[in-house]
Amino acid sequence: MLNPISAAFKKAKQENRPALLTYTVAGDSSKKQSLDILKSISKNADILEVGVPHNTPVADGNQIQTSAYRAINNGIKMDDIFKIVKDFKKTNKKKPIILMGYYNMIFQYGENNYLNKCANAGVNGLIVVDLPWPENKNFAKKCKKKSIYFIQLLSPTTTRERLKKIIKDSHPMNYFISMLSTTGGKLKVSPKEILKNYKKIKKINQKKDIVIGFGITEKTIRNFKSADGLVVGSAICKEISRSLNNRQNPVINVSNMVGRLKRRIS
Amino acid sequence: MKLKKRIPVIDQGDKLGFWGGKFGGNFVPETLKKPIEDLEILFNKLKKDKKFIRERDKYFKNWIGTPTRFIKLNNLTKHVGGAQIWSKVVSDANGGAHKIYNATVHCLLAKRSGKKVICGDTGAGYAGKMLSMAAKKFGLKCKIFMGAKDIERQQPNVKAMKKNGAEVIPVYSGSQTLVDAVSECMRFWVANCDTTAMCVGSTVGPAVFVRICGWSTSQISRELKVQLIDEFGSIPKKLKLYNCVGGGSSSFGFWNEFMDYDKKQVEFIGVEAGGPSNSRKHAAPLTNNSKIGILHGAMQYVVQNKDGQIEETESISAGLDYSGVSPLHCFLKDTKRARYTAASDEETLSAYKLVTKYEKLRPSLEPSHAFSVAIKESKKFSKDTIVVVNSCGDAYKDQGILEKRLGKKYVKSN
Repeated sequence: MLNPISAAFKKAKQENRPALLTYTVAGDSSKKQSLDILKSISKNADILEVGVPHNTPVADGNQIQTSAYRAINNGIKMDDIFKIVKDFKKTNKKKPIILMGYYNMIFQYGENNYLNKCANAGVNGLIVVDLPWPENKNFAKKCKKKSIYFIQLLSPTTTRERLKKIIKDSHPMNYFISMLSTTGGKLKVSPKEILKNYKKIKKINQKKDIVIGFGITEKTIRNFKSADGLVVGSAICKEISRSLNNRQNPVINVSNMVGRLKRRIS
Repeated sequence: MKLKKRIPVIDQGDKLGFWGGKFGGNFVPETLKKPIEDLEILFNKLKKDKKFIRERDKYFKNWIGTPTRFIKLNNLTKHVGGAQIWSKVVSDANGGAHKIYNATVHCLLAKRSGKKVICGDTGAGYAGKMLSMAAKKFGLKCKIFMGAKDIERQQPNVKAMKKNGAEVIPVYSGSQTLVDAVSECMRFWVANCDTTAMCVGSTVGPAVFVRICGWSTSQISRELKVQLIDEFGSIPKKLKLYNCVGGGSSSFGFWNEFMDYDKKQVEFIGVEAGGPSNSRKHAAPLTNNSKIGILHGAMQYVVQNKDGQIEETESISAGLDYSGVSPLHCFLKDTKRARYTAASDEETLSAYKLVTKYEKLRPSLEPSHAFSVAIKESKKFSKDTIVVVNSCGDAYKDQGILEKRLGKKYVKSN
């Protein structure tokens, strides 16, 4: 069976648009609400990235930090996150889910244990922010055995030689970080420049689906329509914070935002 | 796990930067892989370059001031009645603490790599103060990340940083202490690594930062070795080196040159921050057998919960108030080369009172932890045992805390 992640890219390509990937933090602002958000945005999002909150996130900016701290303060634990995924998959079996987080959470759970739980819950892919190549070689192999994509991150600082090696070892999906920034940074490089770098990477192996993330918002998303997929994270986390501060329903607001994002790339 | 002889400990890591195949490494976002590799290449080249070593030694000698004193604490020895208690007064160094060695080396490296800005983290404020001094000396722009709680409790050092022209950026996330300052500094580097150099303030972080810092602070033990031989004719038969351990930069530097001696001859005792005696919180991952985990890019013993969230620490000493500890110390613990224990806030304050009562020495709260254990254990040692405590910082920065906890008379003493 085709991994639902690859199926999602295929479908988006048939519709002549990039796949829309969303990032929300599990347990933000509560277990139930984060599940409700996933359910409601899944109408428009092609792939759901679910953030595993960590309290020393060295690559995340303010928006995602705020969401992560909120989730942790509300008591979210690793097992709750697996449960959220499992509950979601009960009604949305084919919608791909990627867990994104930091390696210590996996290390404490035990790699094998963690992957068993992922497979059982229905996780389709993993992004581990602080487990770069080649350190991730072993773990990526273990993921493959469970039919879970291990998604490699590529950055503007990644040298060409290194890009080739990473892509050679990579699974069908990779993630290109658009610029030197933590998550949620303002787009400080022109979309043209980002796409130029992106195309160079695509050329190494056209078959790999590569998404672009960092700095993608309602304002900027239109510029990147030629990519395989686009990730919006901090903008959504910000919308959750804004809704909570204004005593509005984050589920509705986020769902509307994802709808607008989808229309902008369709 | 084995410690090798005749190879500097900083160079005993494997290809991926793990000591003992287990501690350290590079758990970093992809964006930092290249800048870290560049720094590694530069450092590996320069540490073998005689011209660079001469340059380093010139600044160490003429600007930092080497050697720092090695003195016998006669009155304290008499009072305790056991081992001879000595101190290596590293707080003599320019700026008042050992952090100046690492800061100077990082600025020299930054200059070589053509970077115009340097960023750094700080807890007690010494790493930040020293980096601001060195940055000013070498004409670099300087940004210091510091937890909001630490800014409040270490004002003298904050003022010094600002006076040196550094921008002090308060960190409000998490516990608002050192652990968050290091995270925020790393985030800043992720976003600015093309123009900015990063100085990690202790022997923590991705492997190359552990190595650079350990290489820099080893100046302390190079001096001490010469001073011991000058004083005793040879390295004493029973030598015990006490040092506080937060991140672990001063202790590693204090011990490095003695690594190859049998521990029966030269024993290393690391003293962590036990926190308030009535609190369960502490900053002593080695003493309290915390689990191994990843913090700031490195595998290490770290105070954390079952899920892997890093836990808040508590200590009277901002410089030791850190959830993790250097991979080098994890390695020295597991190879049993060093012994680790902790002192509580209260024990530390008593030690500070005792040292300042008997001696013309004013150790900051960090080394007061080491004094506490050294004094306690010295009572039981024979008179030919030489106990040396690294007084790696001056208490000037602690005046607010000392006044609050001990009263005014302890602030201006000495």
